[in-house]
Amino acid sequence: MATKYIKTKRLRVLPGFKLTLGFTLFYLGLIVLIPLSAVFWKTSSLTWNEFWHTVTLPTALASYRLTFGASFLAALVNACFGFIVAWVLVRYQFFGKRLVDALVDLPFALPTAVAGITLASLYAKAGWIGQWLDPLGIKVANTQLGVFVALTFIGLPFIVRTVQPILEDLDPELEEAAASLGANRWQVFWRVIFPMLTPALLTGFTLAFARALGEYGSVIFIAGNIPMKTQITPVVIMGELDMFDYAKATAIAVVLLVVSFVLLLSVNVLQWWTNRHNSTSLA
Amino acid sequence: MTPVAPSLHLPSRPGHRRANSESPGVRRLLIGVALAFLSLFLFLPLISVFAQALAKGFHFYFQTIRDPMALSAIKLTFIAAAIAVPLNCFFGVCAAWTIAKFEFRGKNILLTLIDLPFSISPVISGLIYVLVFGAQGWMGLYRNADHPAWPWLANWLNEHDVRIIFAVPGIVLATIFVTFPFVARELIPLMQAQGRNEEEAARSLGASGWQTFWRITLPNIKWGLLYGVILCNARAMGEFGAVSVVSGKIRGETNTIPLHIEALYDDYNFTGAFAVASLLALLALVTLGLKTWVEHKQAALSETDIFP
Repeated sequence: MATKYIKTKRLRVLPGFKLTLGFTLFYLGLIVLIPLSAVFWKTSSLTWNEFWHTVTLPTALASYRLTFGASFLAALVNACFGFIVAWVLVRYQFFGKRLVDALVDLPFALPTAVAGITLASLYAKAGWIGQWLDPLGIKVANTQLGVFVALTFIGLPFIVRTVQPILEDLDPELEEAAASLGANRWQVFWRVIFPMLTPALLTGFTLAFARALGEYGSVIFIAGNIPMKTQITPVVIMGELDMFDYAKATAIAVVLLVVSFVLLLSVNVLQWWTNRHNSTSLA
Repeated sequence: MTPVAPSLHLPSRPGHRRANSESPGVRRLLIGVALAFLSLFLFLPLISVFAQALAKGFHFYFQTIRDPMALSAIKLTFIAAAIAVPLNCFFGVCAAWTIAKFEFRGKNILLTLIDLPFSISPVISGLIYVLVFGAQGWMGLYRNADHPAWPWLANWLNEHDVRIIFAVPGIVLATIFVTFPFVARELIPLMQAQGRNEEEAARSLGASGWQTFWRITLPNIKWGLLYGVILCNARAMGEFGAVSVVSGKIRGETNTIPLHIEALYDDYNFTGAFAVASLLALLALVTLGLKTWVEHKQAALSETDIFP
């Protein structure tokens, strides 16, 4: 007991613990936690039946299907192509590699409204890409496919940036060992490299999926926001807000919030598990 | 972007290559697939922003940007960023100091809570401030209550007609919320990796707390801090969803640059919308350039470091 006390005392040679922790908690509470709690306050003004009725309205249900479906597909496509991009950037040399590497973060840096109008104009009937797809009978603007395209754009960096550092740190000796034991390249990839990258890939997938669920700016221009067809959940919330029906808007927001929190939690658990796993395997 | 012969960079021992790297054909295929995907989803959109912005020539471009409505949007965007970025920067340093330099219970919970705004939809980020400050929200109910607690506060709010939602303060608050974690997220892992040995050494040699921070900690984290500030600023100036909920979109008054772009687009003034959008696209490119430069600097700094 006494040694424990001395130890904690000694850890705090540095000043400012109470001050910085105090400010951190104060600012966190003021900006994030108190406003966020208003969501649950507003929801509690509805009875359970009213709440259930609101969150299961046909327009809301259709929006969940579209939002979750398109986000999942977009994250899946990004997991596949993002993995290839990360692989190419880490393992190969080619002209313009550094420029490409820097530009991968464009969807993080480009404001969503700019991305939105750009994608909408590219995939419009007369747009740069749309004019080639239109004769083939593929319509992107004002369809669910458009939602998917926008969500793919904004989710792109997540996979690349989570897989890339892990791939860089992989010990080449493991591959060499596998190869020297007679494994061919394909076996080395699937049995040695891929399993080590799976946690990063899963984390990146979840982050891209979570980001896509809440996305608004880049989707609304290309989607056309037709109720029951191309309306994503944030647009449904926005629609209720425009009609000043805050209770309804909040009820649907709660559904989206709960899913986001679960995803955030699973990312944290995943990372915690990976860290633990790595540290035990090193020991 | 044509790939150069990749075999130049390979170890030349035959046999080694087969199991330790892919055949040249597979390499070229993978590079081709990656570049094709990125061209479709990144490069083409980027080029098209500038091409469409200048579709009606430079005269129209500058006319759109110098329009009073556009200038007012630019001004408001700068105001919001000028308030949000320093506040979140200060918070980020405080949070990183307390989390990286001290041990306490509930640290992981605190870390998760700091990350919260990243996982919340922009529309909901705006909504929560409407619920707090809107007419049907806490502040509205308080102002119209028959017997409010602290009647002087209710009177003061009513007398001065304090408006937060559909006004500038709401935009600033929403911007602070969505950019909340950026600086903290950059600094926490960096300061955790650096540990507290250097600071403790400085303290034991008689430096005061402030001296330790200014002379030891700050030089160590300056590139990470700059990195966080750059990302925070980019998001602050580009935020659309959250600001769109709280702004009310009064042209010339509560429109930020992204909202002005939407207004022009909804007016079918596409070239105008892209002209203003090109400003933000330029900002994005500058952000990426600075980010790459800072990453380079930070890597150089950590290479020369002599951590025990």
